[in-house]
Amino acid sequence: MFSLLTIIQRGVSPVFILILVCLSSVLLNKAYAADEGIGIQRRLELVRLVRNDCGSCHGLTLKGGLGPALLQENLRNKAPEALIDTILYGRTGTAMPPWSAFVSEKEASWIVEQLMKGFPDAH
Amino acid sequence: MRIRYWIPILVMALTSCAIAPLRGTGDLGLVIERDVGRVLVVDTTANKSLATITGLGDLSHASVVFSRDGRYGYVFGRDGGLTKVDLLKRIIEKRIMQAGNSIGGAISQNGRYVAAQNYTPGGIKVFDAATLALVADIPATYGDGQLSKVVGLVDAPGNQFVFSLFDAGEIWIADVSNFNQPEIQKFTAGKQPYDGLITPDGRYYIAGLFGEDGLALLDLWHPEQGVRRILDGYGRGQEKLPVYKMPHLRGWAVAGTRAYLPAIGRHELLVVDTQSWKEVGRIPVAGQPVFAIARPDGRQVWVNFAFPDNAQVQVVETETQQIIKTLQPGRAVLHLEFTPRGEEVWVSSRDDNRVTIYDTQTLQAIAEFKASAPSGIFFTHRATRIGF
Repeated sequence: MFSLLTIIQRGVSPVFILILVCLSSVLLNKAYAADEGIGIQRRLELVRLVRNDCGSCHGLTLKGGLGPALLQENLRNKAPEALIDTILYGRTGTAMPPWSAFVSEKEASWIVEQLMKGFPDAH
Repeated sequence: MRIRYWIPILVMALTSCAIAPLRGTGDLGLVIERDVGRVLVVDTTANKSLATITGLGDLSHASVVFSRDGRYGYVFGRDGGLTKVDLLKRIIEKRIMQAGNSIGGAISQNGRYVAAQNYTPGGIKVFDAATLALVADIPATYGDGQLSKVVGLVDAPGNQFVFSLFDAGEIWIADVSNFNQPEIQKFTAGKQPYDGLITPDGRYYIAGLFGEDGLALLDLWHPEQGVRRILDGYGRGQEKLPVYKMPHLRGWAVAGTRAYLPAIGRHELLVVDTQSWKEVGRIPVAGQPVFAIARPDGRQVWVNFAFPDNAQVQVVETETQQIIKTLQPGRAVLHLEFTPRGEEVWVSSRDDNRVTIYDTQTLQAIAEFKASAPSGIFFTHRATRIGF
């Protein structure tokens, strides 16, 4: 993983960073071209939310912790609707809380879609 | 080869000798950069980072214990990596992969053994602190041979390790004096223990319960008396708020004769008398507490919070049980650590990529430095404390 910060810390020229930023946003735009209605900025926030905050229990790499693993192979046989419901409303009797105060149904659906095809990296 | 090719090599060789003057490690520590698998070697006298050590794997939820001479940090990574870091040479001395999914560890009273607590495969593994050779493997077996995730591992006097089984609802005491036959005592704790702590005197082990309204207390002087429930029904049956991050109990505040414990699913600290283990008060706070840590003199308790209230830190004055300050150190404050005698406290802000240092007398920020998604901050004075 090679974050923008590490690049800055290593003192690479600002022009290079600018090119990199432009390039990555072009690439990201292309990758998410199908996801209409959720802006690029918000999608990045959602990726961070999943990796960091869902990651508190499911792990930053989503391979599980106190909560189950959320990798592609773990979700293969799950119904997307049930997963969206779990995100929005939580699961009674477990530690899974409802997230509907922080993500909309459309965003939960986008998260599930990404999880099922292998979740993108925050960097 | 012409001589000029050798000049840089010579210079490097000379500088590497020159940068290692004699020094102690009592004012050193490690800061975890969770997303990039690095740790910073930091200096609490100079208030800065001295070096970056790379290649430690997945450091989300990483924690550190120190050798008793304060020279080495044992970094437990989430991916099961156990890395022994030399704080003086600022290098990785040794690194092993000991499990698939790991959640921290402890070092034995005599400093000879390091234990890791694992989710996958559930159990603890004990290693020789010098060589990281495996010396004992204790699977957390329960029911029909299932393995439980292990949480709340601490060292206890008598070269014991005490830990909790999240899935099995048990507390185990493992005496590792004889590794060929580790002696294990098992106790029923309650539903879903999520973490544990040992009091600074090493006498009481407390497991927080996620699945129940109360905590489990074990008197290690009298384990034969079994687990006692404390703060039973602290939520008074009220529905708890959604929990977006489990509180951490290790490092939780015991200040004077009182302990400050998290009310899970509530915006409160529970204040408990450590003689009677009865509740003596509650302090409303800004969110669900994750860490509450006492300044070494016990006069203040600093608290950080779970998502979505994690941009704040509150300071409780223990004498009055009042919040005397709410600070905004940055987005996603994950951890805080006091300098050995508590005149300063370091606070990590993951999403603002910085560590901020506060004067605990004036409650003003006095320094900060950049770090990449910093999480845990660990100073070497942990080496001399029970339960750290």
